[in-house]
Amino acid sequence: MGKRTAIVGFGQTYQRSSRKDVNGVELINEAVIAALADAELTIKDIDAVVIGNMDHFEGINYVDMWSVEGSGGVMKPIMKVTTGGTTGTTVAMCAYYHVASGMFDKVLAIGWEKNSESDTTGAIITAFDPIWERPNIGGAIAGLAVEASKYMDNYGITERDGARVAVRERLHALNNPYAHLHQEWMKGMEADKIVDLLVTSEQNQMLAYPLRMSDMCPRTDGAAAVIFASEDIAEKIAPIPAWVISTANRHNYVYLGDINWDANDTLEAASRKVFEKAGVKEPLKEIDICEIYLPYSYAGLKWMESIGFCGPGQGPRLVWDGVTDMDGELPVNPSGGVMSSNPIGATALLRVGEAAWQIMGKAGPRQVKKDVNLALATGFGGCNWADVMLLGKKRPS
Amino acid sequence: MEKKKGMELLTISSGDMFQPYRWSVGKYGSKFLLEIKENKRFIGVKCPKCGRVYVPPRKVCGRCYVAMDEFVPVSDEGEIVVCAIIEFGFVDPSTGVQRPVPYGYVFVKLDGADTALPHFLDSADPEKVKVGARVKAVFEEECKGSIMDIKHFTLI
Repeated sequence: MGKRTAIVGFGQTYQRSSRKDVNGVELINEAVIAALADAELTIKDIDAVVIGNMDHFEGINYVDMWSVEGSGGVMKPIMKVTTGGTTGTTVAMCAYYHVASGMFDKVLAIGWEKNSESDTTGAIITAFDPIWERPNIGGAIAGLAVEASKYMDNYGITERDGARVAVRERLHALNNPYAHLHQEWMKGMEADKIVDLLVTSEQNQMLAYPLRMSDMCPRTDGAAAVIFASEDIAEKIAPIPAWVISTANRHNYVYLGDINWDANDTLEAASRKVFEKAGVKEPLKEIDICEIYLPYSYAGLKWMESIGFCGPGQGPRLVWDGVTDMDGELPVNPSGGVMSSNPIGATALLRVGEAAWQIMGKAGPRQVKKDVNLALATGFGGCNWADVMLLGKKRPS
Repeated sequence: MEKKKGMELLTISSGDMFQPYRWSVGKYGSKFLLEIKENKRFIGVKCPKCGRVYVPPRKVCGRCYVAMDEFVPVSDEGEIVVCAIIEFGFVDPSTGVQRPVPYGYVFVKLDGADTALPHFLDSADPEKVKVGARVKAVFEEECKGSIMDIKHFTLI
């Protein structure tokens, strides 16, 4: 085991559908400035930078090179990490490894994307095998819709169950000024009533059955930055640092057709490893809040089971009972999650930053009304990669 | 005159970018595509360790991390493992063409295989496009040596 490492600062841009007022360098810079301000540090204090996005969304390669003026990387060690939807969590893991190794004291992790600059579905498709999968792919949404089809078939899950997750995410987003989607019309309405509207409204377009518009994440312009610091200095920078307790990631296949759709094998294995390292035996009881990477609604049911919060097929009960709402036993995505903001290369880093802020007590209107000792952040990416990071208030022994 | 809302924000278009590639299919993949082209049949490859039959065939079983070389025939019929009905039209980045919607998108586990093949289904009926439904491959009349030599799957 290397040096204990903690998050001491987090910053983000306002997540919006289009930011034509800034280019990539300037967008990145906004998040970095915010993170430095949050930690009360200057760029001189930063020893190394880890940055990530998915190049094909902007069609410009080598962000590590061309972003230096915005990232603060001028004449510093920089490493680029790109792993699909998980990019943000992998950037966080990489920054953590930099510090835990003892090689660097303060490392800046950056994730960003300007999805407004290209066709998101078209760009995502270029991540799939050109010989076997691209010619007949059903689009970015289809890969998620097929997972939903199997989960619904296995457990008799309904469209209302999926919609209930979407409602939670959008209601939570109303507390987050940074979120991209603010569906004000939902404010003050009973979750039940909103669910009824979502599954019957013709305005709620069916995209890939069973997924409607409301079941999906948006495409967003935005950036996030998180500062990691070593045990030698973390408590001097932040009154309450968010310690990295454990982290793991898993990847398991080459082709979509190889996936075991009955489970989310990678998320399950990564979660198990993280809990084993941290000594967590009953995740639902021991973890206080989650920022889970849920790109679509039904993932908020099935993946709860994969992480180990409940047994197979029990996800809907957990969600309908309000366990995962803001005032529930395990608030999930107080920020509104991926379904409310999705600047792809930043999306998973937002999970880490938001989870850290819940521990640090800095989440403002979206701060949960209870003591947060353990917070879980996850990342999901094509092709079925899972990153998991557990943060804690108590300095690891 | 400056507009009240502020200055105009410019964007620069890439134009119709086109960057062609030439991807290697490899021996295993070529054998699979040629078997379709010449005989309208499917083959898979079997792992000597775990016994899993992979379609399309590839050289290495990632789980066991051993080389595979036993090619086995698999059926042109199978079962829908997962499915969706695509109603959201999008432009294929390789061809620039938008496929007409709606259409069925299915992952088919061919009889004799342990992995599934994703492809189109010639039905968009939610009552019929179901997990567990039986389907059969329909081939193009003139095959060219690509996965698109399978025209689509059809419900049995």
